[in-house]
Amino acid sequence: MRTRMPAQSDLTPPDVTDIEAVIRPFLALEGPLLPMLHALQEAYGYVPESAYAPLCAALNITRAELKGVLSFYHDFRTRPSGKHVLKICRAEACQAMGATAMADRLLKKLGLEWHGTTANGAVTVEPVYCLGLCACAPAAMVDGKVIGRVGDARLDTVLAEVGA
Amino acid sequence: MKIYVPMDSAAKALGADDVAGVLAAEAQKRGLEVEIIRNGTRGMIWLEPLVEIEKDGVRQAYGPIAPTDVGALLDGRVDTHGSVEDIPFFARQTRLTFARCGLTDPLSIADYEAHGGLEGLKRAIAMSQDAIIDEVKLSGLRGRGGAGFPTGIKWDTVRLAHAPQKYIVCNADEGDSGTFADRMIMEGDPFTLIEGMTIAGIGCGATKGYIYIRSEYPDAIAVMSRAVEIARAAGVLGVDILGSGKAFDMEVRTGAGAYVCGEETSLLNSLEGKRGVVRAKPPLPALEGFLGRPTVVNNVISLATVPVIFAKGAEHYASFGLGRSKGTMPIQIAGNVKFGGLFETAFGMPLGELVNTVAGGTATGRPVKAVQVGGPLGAYLHPDQFDTPFGYEEFDGQKALIGHAGIVVFDDSADMLSMARFAMEFCAVESCGKCTPCRIGAVRGVETIDRIAEGDTGAIELLTDLCEVMTDGSLCALGGFTPFPVMSALRHFPEDFAPQKEAAE
Repeated sequence: MRTRMPAQSDLTPPDVTDIEAVIRPFLALEGPLLPMLHALQEAYGYVPESAYAPLCAALNITRAELKGVLSFYHDFRTRPSGKHVLKICRAEACQAMGATAMADRLLKKLGLEWHGTTANGAVTVEPVYCLGLCACAPAAMVDGKVIGRVGDARLDTVLAEVGA
Repeated sequence: MKIYVPMDSAAKALGADDVAGVLAAEAQKRGLEVEIIRNGTRGMIWLEPLVEIEKDGVRQAYGPIAPTDVGALLDGRVDTHGSVEDIPFFARQTRLTFARCGLTDPLSIADYEAHGGLEGLKRAIAMSQDAIIDEVKLSGLRGRGGAGFPTGIKWDTVRLAHAPQKYIVCNADEGDSGTFADRMIMEGDPFTLIEGMTIAGIGCGATKGYIYIRSEYPDAIAVMSRAVEIARAAGVLGVDILGSGKAFDMEVRTGAGAYVCGEETSLLNSLEGKRGVVRAKPPLPALEGFLGRPTVVNNVISLATVPVIFAKGAEHYASFGLGRSKGTMPIQIAGNVKFGGLFETAFGMPLGELVNTVAGGTATGRPVKAVQVGGPLGAYLHPDQFDTPFGYEEFDGQKALIGHAGIVVFDDSADMLSMARFAMEFCAVESCGKCTPCRIGAVRGVETIDRIAEGDTGAIELLTDLCEVMTDGSLCALGGFTPFPVMSALRHFPEDFAPQKEAAE
């Protein structure tokens, strides 16, 4: 399970030397940008702005190109998420088993919209379009751990575990 | 005593890790000598976690097993299903691509070889490139990602292209709802994909491969990455494959949560580190693909089927199926069903038999209202169409598609206007933005369906017209196929689009 960094206010941006150490192992790859962004996000929980200059310099791309890539993909964050991320599948197979109403109840209970983070910073709730658990729908994932046939009670347990 | 507890994500999602943990602890407490093997799933998800106990070479299946059942299981107080092969859902399948999945330890190359693995590669190594391509053509294998393009012809185009470097790219960006076959084989029999890609590499003269796996599949990424390392250490990959002097190696790459990257040109851009924007074709990826070089882009199941074609012969494979849909298809049964899972069978089984007999109808016990086949871009079929045989051309004739062969069943509580709206909403969220019919059309589609929901029946004509523009004018299947679910919902379930709220009042 991935541990995430605390809220941004507690952070000092990682310095360039650390960033360069994270991206260096990928320099020899063909098409290295996505692996680098994943590694940065793994290390810091998001892609810090202090990484932009080293990335652009290493790959000879412009800041606009980099931001274009960052904003294209749902996975990449430019700010930290909550300590834990709860992903709820919104796709059709889960809808067929009542996922839409379940997600609505969850968001209402937490007072959140999709992509929102609880006030205590414990959990961010995100939609996901298919986890490949369509034969045991509805499905959810907490920090990379999958849960099938999830219902309100199970979600309550998960929320208690992550301290939401 | 050997005990098999699946490590497939669906089994894990239903508690398999906990079961394995309790089993190990309980066996130790009892002083039992037990070897716990984390296998793939046998594909019967309603029975997961499905534990198999092997005594005197015979495997007996038990499931679903909860951690609290483990004591009783070891006491022999849990009823068995008998052997997996005798469970009706399994017994009526034809397992070619998935023959080993769930049977073996996914990360044991010795187990892989003991169950027929590497036979296909060994045969291919002794063949000329021409002969390899001919074998694939003869098998009738068509792209299992959804488009159904003949795999052998794609390979031949790459083989004949001149370039200093060619690539085999495996599309494991399985984003369609209702599909999980790619995930299941990568987690349950990863070496078969590696073997298939290696044969493709030898056949096309490509020495480098990439497996692009979606980030929503962390378990598949972990198993696949480990399997590549093991294969490299065993000489299945590298500069001298099985001592043949031929070279092929591969890397696993992770997607970043963009559905459109399942489209092959968008995937190639993503692999290059760019925005996953669709490229215009031509040029075909087979001529100008990854980094502008000739590239085979094939779905996981297409590539994972190659080893059995070479091991048993193209004619054997082609002897299954219907018309131009040759071989078998791993059909994924999902959504509101009693028996969900993976059902590999020859093409040709009628849809209704799959839904009512194999899947056992709905889990809720209510009548089936609609079945979406082929993911979020696939049509909703009405029970009136249940005699349609499962095949590419047969579904095409119903203004539907089989896609990656996921079928999602809905009971009569489904509101088809909402499902049509969701299809447009999904397209709007996931559009890469390159072409206008998809980028703008999907947003206007959501608005137009909202107007219909408010009772504006005149908007139905507008929606129909919009769908025509999206079909004809979109650059790829995302915008081009979103009209399939929308228009099929409208065509088969007009009552859900009628201003019934007013009528009810």
